[in-house]
Amino acid sequence: MSDITPSGLNLAADRNQGAEHAALFPIEPGTMTDLHTRLAAIAGEHGLLDVAYRTIDTPVGPLLLAATEKGLVRVAFEREGFDTVLETLAKKISPRVLEAPRRLDAVAEEIEEYFAGTRHAFDLPLDYAMSSGFRQIVQRYLPHIGYGRTESYKEVAEHVGNPKAVRAVGTACATNPLPVVVPCHRVLRTDGSLGGYIGGLDAKTTLLTLEKAA
Amino acid sequence: MKHPFEQAVKRHGETVLRVCRAVLGPGADADDAWSETFLAALKSWPDLPEDTNVEAWLVRVARRKAIDVTRARARRAIPSDSLPEQVSTLGIPGRDEYGVWAAVAVLPERQRLAVAYHYLGGLPHAETAEIIGGSPDAVRRAAADGMKTLRQIYHSGEHTKGAPR
Repeated sequence: MSDITPSGLNLAADRNQGAEHAALFPIEPGTMTDLHTRLAAIAGEHGLLDVAYRTIDTPVGPLLLAATEKGLVRVAFEREGFDTVLETLAKKISPRVLEAPRRLDAVAEEIEEYFAGTRHAFDLPLDYAMSSGFRQIVQRYLPHIGYGRTESYKEVAEHVGNPKAVRAVGTACATNPLPVVVPCHRVLRTDGSLGGYIGGLDAKTTLLTLEKAA
Repeated sequence: MKHPFEQAVKRHGETVLRVCRAVLGPGADADDAWSETFLAALKSWPDLPEDTNVEAWLVRVARRKAIDVTRARARRAIPSDSLPEQVSTLGIPGRDEYGVWAAVAVLPERQRLAVAYHYLGGLPHAETAEIIGGSPDAVRRAAADGMKTLRQIYHSGEHTKGAPR
C-alpha cells in the first residue's frame, strides 16, 4: 500500500479536522498540566501508579528517573532514548506508566546533591527488577566501591566471587539500569583506561572528575 | 496494552476534556469526569487489546463517567431558599474567552451530545447514534446543526472552512 491511498487521504483530512476543532474549542493553557498532576496523585493513592517517572537536568545531560512502589528502578541517559526506555519499562514491569514527578522528589534531590559534590553515597530504596542473575549480583556489589575510588573489571569479578567472569562483569556494568546511583562508572580497565559507559565516555569522565575533586 | 499509559494521556487528554466539557459544561464536573475517565482507563489499561482504537475507547469511558458525575450531582443537590453567590465566568483572561464552552452548553441536548461524541470525540455517526439514540442520519444532522449554530455564534468568518458538505 502506498501512502496516497484514499484511506491515507482520509486520515490526513481527519487530522486537519482535528486541528480545526482544537482551534474552535480552546482549552486554557495550564489546564492539562493541572489535570495531569491531579491524575498522578489519585493514581498513586489507588495503587495504580506502577511506574512513575520524571526528567532532571544534570551536568551529564538530562536524566530520566523512574520508580516503582518499591524504589528507583531506572536511571537513563538521553542518548538511550527516553521513549524507548519507557516502552521497555512498560513491557518489563507494567504499562501503568505515568509522568509523576512527586514520587521522584527525593531521588532528584540526592542526585542534585551528588552533582554539587555534597553527597558521596546514595540513600535510596532501589528496585533491581530490570536485571537478574549474575548481572544483578554485580550491580548490587557496585555501591560498595567507595566514592572517588575505582576498581578494575577483574577486581570486581574477584570481589563477587567469580574471578573468571571479567567479561560478564563488563556486561553487567554496560547494562546497569541505575547508572550514576549504582556507580558502574567506578569500574575501569586493568590498565586504568575507561572501558565503556552507557552514558558515553564524556559522562564517565565527568563523573570520575567530579569524584576526584572532592 | 503494553505501551506506557502516559502516551494515552498526552495524545488524547485534550480530546477527552473537550468531550467532558461539551457533555457536562466547563468547570469542576468536567474536570472530575476527566480524572475519573483516566483513572478507570489506567485500571483497565494492561488488559486492553493491542488493536484497540484508544481514542474511541477513552471517549466511551468518558461518556460513562459523565453519566456518573451527572448522577452524583443530582444526589448532591441541596434545596435552598437563597442562591449562593457565584463566581463570574465573564472577562477572565485566558479562560474560555470566546465563550465557546458556554455556547456549547446551551445547544439542544441531542445536538450537544452529537457534537461531543462525533466532532470532538471522533466517533462515527453510527456509534454516536447507538449512544444517544436515533438513526445515524438524524445524528449526522444534529451534529451538523450544532456545529452550524456554534460557527454562527462566534468565529464568524474566522473558521469557515469546515467539513465539505
